[in-house]
Amino acid sequence: MIELRNVSKTFGAKRGEIHAVQDVSLTINDGEIFGIIGFSGAGKSTLVRCINLLERPTGGSVVIDGKDITKLSEPELREVRRKIGMIFQHFNLMRSRTVYGNIEFALKKSGLSKQEKDAKIRSLLELVGLADKIDAYPSQLSGGQKQRVAIARALANDPKVLLCDEATSALDPQTTKSILKLLNEVNERLKLTIIIITHQMEVVKDICDRVAVMEDGYVVEEGATIDVFDHPQKPVTKDFIDTATNISKIYELVENNSPLTDIPEGAKMLILSYSSVNTNEAVISAISRKFNVDASIIFGNVEILKNLPFGKLVVTLSGKPEDIEGAIAYIQAAGIDTEVIKG
Amino acid sequence: MSFIYTIAPNLEKLGKELWKCTGQTIQMVIVAALFAFVIGTAIGVLLIVTKRGGILECIPLYTGLDKAIDIVRSIPFIILMFLLIPVSRAIVGTSLGVTGAYVPLIVGTAPFFGRQVESAIAEVDGGLIEASEAMGFNPFEIIFGVYLRESIPSITRVSMITLVNLVGLTAMAGAVGAGGLGDFAIRYGYQLGYFDALWVTVIIILIIISIIQFVGNIIIRVTTH
Repeated sequence: MIELRNVSKTFGAKRGEIHAVQDVSLTINDGEIFGIIGFSGAGKSTLVRCINLLERPTGGSVVIDGKDITKLSEPELREVRRKIGMIFQHFNLMRSRTVYGNIEFALKKSGLSKQEKDAKIRSLLELVGLADKIDAYPSQLSGGQKQRVAIARALANDPKVLLCDEATSALDPQTTKSILKLLNEVNERLKLTIIIITHQMEVVKDICDRVAVMEDGYVVEEGATIDVFDHPQKPVTKDFIDTATNISKIYELVENNSPLTDIPEGAKMLILSYSSVNTNEAVISAISRKFNVDASIIFGNVEILKNLPFGKLVVTLSGKPEDIEGAIAYIQAAGIDTEVIKG
Repeated sequence: MSFIYTIAPNLEKLGKELWKCTGQTIQMVIVAALFAFVIGTAIGVLLIVTKRGGILECIPLYTGLDKAIDIVRSIPFIILMFLLIPVSRAIVGTSLGVTGAYVPLIVGTAPFFGRQVESAIAEVDGGLIEASEAMGFNPFEIIFGVYLRESIPSITRVSMITLVNLVGLTAMAGAVGAGGLGDFAIRYGYQLGYFDALWVTVIIILIIISIIQFVGNIIIRVTTH
């Protein structure tokens, strides 16, 4: 278990201090995939570096399995770091070593014999699906393959925790999917705790059990992924989900009077926010029947989040004013959040 | 041979002397290069690891070293040689001949090489150093396993530049009594006016430099991935 207790990190510059992380307290349970999401500059990369003390917190403590690692000496800390794997946005492989050599380097302090190392390296490459690239140099690999090598290297010393710093941000969507699948596999197979820093909603959505949202160095919201996405509490979280789901585009279109958002006299355009509890209900067809209104779907984005549907629909309702009011009341009664954006 | 003596008649009697001087030049280059390589590499590594944000950050050491290098490098070599006469006597027992040239050649080369090694190592991606720290390596292991290992091609490149420079310095040292091809060229080419002797030294130095570059290019080709 990893506990961050009131962790702060201030970068002292002569002209003004930068508070990268402010009073963050988080508990990450063994075996879970924990996401830390936020826009650029929110402090998430600094926070993840506080976990293995690549950045030393200026306040608070980092407790791993009951031991406060901020109190350790440098050699003791290096011992702890060997049990915390880390992967990076830009992979950080050594150009001068082959795939084999890169992993072998990580095993330098493992105390294994040459044969044991060899067997270990081969089984790691088997695990990440790169057994055929064993003698390749990083320059001969694609981004996704490099990240697989980095994962193999990070797992070399049998860590209990894997830190992922924007590990998929430099990859295309398909490769991102395959890397996330691999992370999911190692999480299940090795009972590995994984902490993922990202600004990509699909990463959190696909594999994180729990998520913390960061803004200006603070963790502003934290909880099970489904709850946070279902009922975002803070504006930044809503903003984040909106941007990630493209729904914010509709506001722009309304603002710019795009022909797409033209609505008949008396009609109303609204956003319906579906969450896991109500998506199955046939609300749209029900209101057309019951209230005699025409409902046309302008734009929609419904996704699967941890196996549950979740999303937003933009619809235009036209009909008699009282019927529209009645329809909106009905939709709300069904548990769907509504927001009138035009009309 | 007779063809060479036809176009360079003075070589017939100077041949033996020429070989001796070539040997002296090669000896000066090799000995000075070995020492300068070790010292310069150490300087370059120290500059990188002690600077702000380095893995062994130590600003006073960095600043001191940085300034010292600038000072030594700003002294013209011909003046440095005279300044170092007492130092040379204290270390190698003489300030004359090939042996007497070692100290000034090393002092004249190492800081220059150190700067070049610094810039070569600076090319190593900071992310790589961060990853190595995250893997639990100590600074010593990071210096040898990552910084130097990753910079082999660029250190080879700057070594070639420095070696060519060093060949030039040995010629200058020769002018003030160290022997070698510089001495030969001045004694026979300039003072006695044997122009063929002058040209032969140029050709030999050209060959030495070509060999240096040929070997260096092979090392770079083999170690760049």
